[in-house]
Amino acid sequence: MGIKTLKHGLGLVCVMAVLAGCSSAPEVEEPPVTTPEPEVTESGSGIDDPGFVSEPVPEPVVELDTVFYFEFDKAELLPEARAALTAHAERLKADSRSIRLEGHADERGTREYNMALGERRANAVRDFLVLQGVSSSFIETVSYGEEYPAVVGSYESAWEQNRRVELK
Amino acid sequence: MKHFYLGVVLTLSSWMATAELTIEIQNFVENPTSIAIAPFGWEGTTTLPENIDAIVAADLERSGQFRAVPQSDMLAFPKAGDTIYYRNWRVLKAEYLLVGTISEAAGRYRVTYELYDVFGQRRLLAQPIDGSVSQLRDLAHYISDSVYETLTGIRGAFSTKIIYVEARKAGSGSNKEKFRLIYADADGAREQVIHESDAPIMSPAWSPDGKQVAYVSFETSRAAVFRQELSSGKREQLTNFKGLNGAPAWSPDGQKLAMVLSKDGNPEIYTLDLTTRRFTRITRHFAIDTEPNWTNDGKGIIFTSNRGGRPQIYQVTLASGRVERLTFEGDYNARPRVSPDGKHLVMVHRHNGIYHIATQELVSGDIRVLTETRLDESPSIAPNGAMLMYATRYNGKGILAAVSLDAGVKVRLPSKLGDAREPAWSPYLN
Repeated sequence: MGIKTLKHGLGLVCVMAVLAGCSSAPEVEEPPVTTPEPEVTESGSGIDDPGFVSEPVPEPVVELDTVFYFEFDKAELLPEARAALTAHAERLKADSRSIRLEGHADERGTREYNMALGERRANAVRDFLVLQGVSSSFIETVSYGEEYPAVVGSYESAWEQNRRVELK
Repeated sequence: MKHFYLGVVLTLSSWMATAELTIEIQNFVENPTSIAIAPFGWEGTTTLPENIDAIVAADLERSGQFRAVPQSDMLAFPKAGDTIYYRNWRVLKAEYLLVGTISEAAGRYRVTYELYDVFGQRRLLAQPIDGSVSQLRDLAHYISDSVYETLTGIRGAFSTKIIYVEARKAGSGSNKEKFRLIYADADGAREQVIHESDAPIMSPAWSPDGKQVAYVSFETSRAAVFRQELSSGKREQLTNFKGLNGAPAWSPDGQKLAMVLSKDGNPEIYTLDLTTRRFTRITRHFAIDTEPNWTNDGKGIIFTSNRGGRPQIYQVTLASGRVERLTFEGDYNARPRVSPDGKHLVMVHRHNGIYHIATQELVSGDIRVLTETRLDESPSIAPNGAMLMYATRYNGKGILAAVSLDAGVKVRLPSKLGDAREPAWSPYLN
């Protein structure tokens, strides 16, 4: 994971914090308090082997965001998704790879309606990629509705992370 | 005499080790009828595997309309009418008294029960019934049905079944979930797994004859509609379209399934004729149309659509294709069902940002919120229209709960192990 991804991650956390701050959240449970797992570090002693490096160091591949978030009961792409999706589109045009877009919804509302909402979200990402020149034949969309939450919990920040499309 | 013989025996299924659902009654009606159910006399020497009088008492209490007099308060345990001293029951303020005896001969269990009106001092019911040892619960539910109908005038639904979806972690420390389709008595007892998958199972729907269930399964890596025969476990995949394949609902005559498909690019309501295998597209709108359910006469389909901007309930008349909006109050009304008498809609209704189960009187349009819980969904009405079961969250888990259609009675059925969801209440099966 490169520094770029880390920055993206932080940016997302900030956006979500702002969202959480602004929105009123009627059906909220307290998020569970979790203690972080203690970090395990290799403590064994190793010999310093300088070795001989002859291979060229490859150009680092920038990791792009693969999860795109949506507002409640909405299937419109948020502006912050565009940069990463445009970059995805360039790569997909270059390597003609097939992708799967998995649409998801948060737990609120009915399950089958959320299935439709998840499909709309996946379609919104697909339509954006197609507009950027990606062939639709390389894109499969599927909706899982609220069946596979990314975060289990009945509070705003969990719902925000569950309203998403995952590019795979 | 009513005889019980093996009815639906589920094959390709397994009994679960412990009862998955328990019952907690939150609310009775204001003045529940007091009924004393004396311990039934048992002439055998072995211990019976089921306690029939306790099951009848639990059934009647679960309706919210009855309170059972505790057996520890009783002054005597009569087994038949000739040993009843009415004053013993009047002092306990019991309005009715149920007594009975159980005997066994050649593996058949015979239960004779009698119902008495304490204040009128007269017998209202007396009937012998018999069945095998595995049918003792069926005999108990049958007694509950006949007592309930005698005293309320409403047909009992204690002998009915439910099917629901359970999601449970595949093992401790595992992030994977197992999805199970579970068949159980209406009180949650005797649950059996009728289908199990690593992929989600959704939207179970009973055929009107109670012999089949249709549902959505993701086992092929995307959603598809299946139907399954309950007696044999035989399954058939009915759809394999790109996109949504969901929300199956049987027509009242059992000949068709309504469902949502997005094969033409957008979620639309279709019907599938189960004989000709032809799909007919019913709705045409760029908005989301989903969650179809038939009107009781089979001439129309009600469904959820956000064509007005927010999810609301609409009805389409099949002959003309005419679409009419049914709900106007609130900004989220979804997954409608019609009550057996055709007078009410039952649906998920958002009120002050919270998802409740509500009814709407079809003629007046009056909405009534039935539940006080949150994140409520998937209401399913008992065939007698007295109660509905729904899914909600409780202590961080998905559970089933029930409420009467007048909101007076509230019952929780917490799940011990996994998340229980999407209850589907069977039609009458006897």
